[in-house]
Amino acid sequence: MSKEYETVIGLEVHVELATKTKIFCSCSTEFGGAPNSHTCPVCTGMPGALPVLNRKVVEYAMAVGLATNCEITRNCKFDRKNYFYPDNPQNYQISQLYLPICRNGGIEIELEDGGKKTIGIHEIHMEEDAGKLVHDEAEDVSIVDFNRSGVPLIEIVSEPDMRSAQEVIAYLDKLRLIIQYLGASDCKLQEGSMRADVNLSVRKEGEAEFGTRTEMKNLNSFRAIARAIENEKNRQIDLIESGEKVVQETRRWDDNKEYSYAMRSKEDAKDYRYFPDPDLVPVFISDEWIKEVKARQPELPTEKLARYQREYGLPEYDAKILTGEKKFADIFEAATEICGKPKKVSNWLMVETIRLLKEHDMDPADIRFSPVHLAKLVDLAEGGTVNSTVAKEVFEAVFTDDIDPEQYVKEKGLQTVNDEGALRSVIEEVVKNNPKSVEDYKNGKDKAIGFLVGQTMKAMKGKANPGMVNGILKEILSR
Amino acid sequence: MSLMSLTAVELGRKIKAKEVSVQEAAQAAMDAIMAKEESVNSFVTVLDEQEVLNRAGQVQKMIEEGTLNGPLAGVPVAVKDNMCTKGIPTTCSSKILSGFIPTYTSEAVKNLESAGAVIVGKTNMDEFAMGSTTETSAYGVTKNPWNLEHVPGGSSGGSCAAVAAEECSYALGSDTGGSIRQPCSFCGVTGIKPTYGTVSRYGLIAYGSSLDQIGPVAKDVTDCAAILEAISSYDKKDSTSMKREDLDFTSALKDDVKGMKIGIPKDYFGKGLDKQVENAVSAAAKVLEDKGAFIEEFDLGLVEYAIPAYYVIACAEASSNLARFDGVKYGYRTKDYEGLHNMYKKSRSEGFGTEVKRRIMLGSFVLSSGYYDAYYLRALRTKALIKKEFDKAFSKYDVILGPASPSTAPKLGSSLSDPVKMYLGDIYTVSVNLAGLPGICLPCGMDDKGLPIGLQLIGDCFKEKNIIRMAYAYECTKTYQHSPLSDRL
Repeated sequence: MSKEYETVIGLEVHVELATKTKIFCSCSTEFGGAPNSHTCPVCTGMPGALPVLNRKVVEYAMAVGLATNCEITRNCKFDRKNYFYPDNPQNYQISQLYLPICRNGGIEIELEDGGKKTIGIHEIHMEEDAGKLVHDEAEDVSIVDFNRSGVPLIEIVSEPDMRSAQEVIAYLDKLRLIIQYLGASDCKLQEGSMRADVNLSVRKEGEAEFGTRTEMKNLNSFRAIARAIENEKNRQIDLIESGEKVVQETRRWDDNKEYSYAMRSKEDAKDYRYFPDPDLVPVFISDEWIKEVKARQPELPTEKLARYQREYGLPEYDAKILTGEKKFADIFEAATEICGKPKKVSNWLMVETIRLLKEHDMDPADIRFSPVHLAKLVDLAEGGTVNSTVAKEVFEAVFTDDIDPEQYVKEKGLQTVNDEGALRSVIEEVVKNNPKSVEDYKNGKDKAIGFLVGQTMKAMKGKANPGMVNGILKEILSR
Repeated sequence: MSLMSLTAVELGRKIKAKEVSVQEAAQAAMDAIMAKEESVNSFVTVLDEQEVLNRAGQVQKMIEEGTLNGPLAGVPVAVKDNMCTKGIPTTCSSKILSGFIPTYTSEAVKNLESAGAVIVGKTNMDEFAMGSTTETSAYGVTKNPWNLEHVPGGSSGGSCAAVAAEECSYALGSDTGGSIRQPCSFCGVTGIKPTYGTVSRYGLIAYGSSLDQIGPVAKDVTDCAAILEAISSYDKKDSTSMKREDLDFTSALKDDVKGMKIGIPKDYFGKGLDKQVENAVSAAAKVLEDKGAFIEEFDLGLVEYAIPAYYVIACAEASSNLARFDGVKYGYRTKDYEGLHNMYKKSRSEGFGTEVKRRIMLGSFVLSSGYYDAYYLRALRTKALIKKEFDKAFSKYDVILGPASPSTAPKLGSSLSDPVKMYLGDIYTVSVNLAGLPGICLPCGMDDKGLPIGLQLIGDCFKEKNIIRMAYAYECTKTYQHSPLSDRL
């Protein structure tokens, strides 16, 4: 039944910018800190205090706009959004309504079938974050912490161009990646430095008009977003099918209960009485300024993907995974620069690193090891100083403790033994102690040699050169 | 004769010459306040005498060490109660800010302190600077030192009354729609509203942010020029602050107006202007003409649109600016409440006075969706057109001359019952704020009731020196009239 319906989705994505100081004062944006320790008269709304725009915020917003093909508004302005709430010390939020900094952009996403689609960006505007309310149930009071008050945000408003949860995830992923590459934000959904509100409506396929939309809030992970979209789509279709109407409203998603409930309808939507903030002057963005920001723009994911294949000869599959996480790309480039073995570096990242990340339940952003150490390990493994089994063991130590592989191998005595005499005497001993396997081998059971190699490696504590062990063993057995 | 009868610059000179100590000057101000406050009520907060004398002692030391040598070093000053002063209650004459003690000092006051000022107290005003009589204060009305039955004007009524009553040597006021010039006119003292952006607004509790400017109130033009020089500065903390190179206002104190061109708007001399005010202002123009200025009448245009545009813009900004007074963070909170919204409603209902509520409602209305374009945007366009009219005028004239108020000070209690009539009294002052221009008001005579009449001179943006020069030349033909209250000591 739902096949007759098309889902129409637009996103409002809030991204916390990575500036050192707040948007309108010089207080630190650092996370944590005792309540109200990162505050001043401006971000606590003291009478008479005035906002002064942090230029870095404008540059980050511009950078994101340029990277998402937006037009930059040369004379953008800030507006006040008026509403009363205790986390908002002035009882208005400084935001942009009439002249947002970026407009009419878009990014290309890859669809599941490999096709491509452009998702339009309606606008990007700058605004300030609010403080945090802490409700003390025991004392029956609420306390306000203004440390977050005035932390800079950009809101990226998409066009209603998405049609499925997959497209939404692809869009968010691309957006996140671009912003991380720009260094404008770390974009962590769980920690709230990236937040997405989903505007969704459904309509019968082929209809020209949009249906009535709802806005879904409190979506803290990609999984929650996908689930909420599925749920809301079905809810709206059920309503329509049973002859009821979708009400334009804001809903809150509860990911534990996999259920959303209405927060407020359009009828009781607030009138924010937006007007230009008279305390701030219009921001004039000159050609020179745009040029400056453009010049500082790093290589973006799409360009990198092409270059990795062209310059390093990596397969597209490798290049996609490496460029799909800024951290991977950073480590890859730095380590390759040192050791000159791109495919080997790529392999360590794509296999062992990803395995260990999963094992430790970590994000790529949490990787702490130095690319220098990975490069050294590649050299040790490729130069035959350690065999592949030992290399994996050393890499684990690099991954968890960022040890220096050269030193580690030396201290632990993990160098591969290439000394033929030493190997030969150990192998003679193994052959002598395992007559059964020797006989099996001679009777045509080729597998038996594996056991003997294993016994040799065990005796050598894994450090033997496997090629040499094989050779010597075969020679002895053929006597 | 009290030391407070001297002008600020005269007193500063005596202090510098060691004829008077800073402590003696401060003591004279404190004594005058003790003697006169009961009659005039210029102050919301008078500082503790010992604290004032301690500060005076420090300033005296710095003068002796030679680290302070400006014209205002050691001179006692009163500050309007809408400028934040660290450690000193700052109320905006509102109940909602009762008990509020700022954690920082406004930039203009800081500048004064660096110039060696000794603050004696915070002056009364119309609540949040909304009013023309200083009767909307939550801390009692201020009376006109020339006649205690009359209002001192507003909203800087406390500052102007304190200067006229000689409770301090000079004062700071603020002017959003005439709040320095009109009470100066009523109290027979001199005050300047500078070009928007000349004095930092950081720490000035906002009424209409795009219109507010801090300015001096004093006995004469010389004082005003010296004070303005001291408080003006480019301030990074105020985004609307201007970088200016020409802040040496005292250099314009020249008794020479030969060849200067004065425009007199015909529209300022029509219906509603008191005949005695008209005569005094016309006589002042004649004095300047006799001194060699060129005088011409002209049509300014759009005069009748200034008041509606002003009230729409100022109230819109105020409705948002005053939202932060909510009982959550500082100031007044209602005693009994149930839940957040009830606390908001009761605190604000009890904390704000009638005039403030009226303007918040008016401002909220003009910003509401569906009305924004019809009122607020239209008012902004009108503001731009008014600025153009002034630009046209200043392409021909150096100074525009007119009255500061249609009448002299009305009787106490006669204004608030008819707010529209009260708003219309701002006809000569609000357009100056809408256009961001500098304006000066100085005494130019008395009416038959013995109440002062003010002369207003308006200059082009950044041309304070033109109005200072002309006001100074005019002033040179007159002697300063001390108010009756000044002689009570």
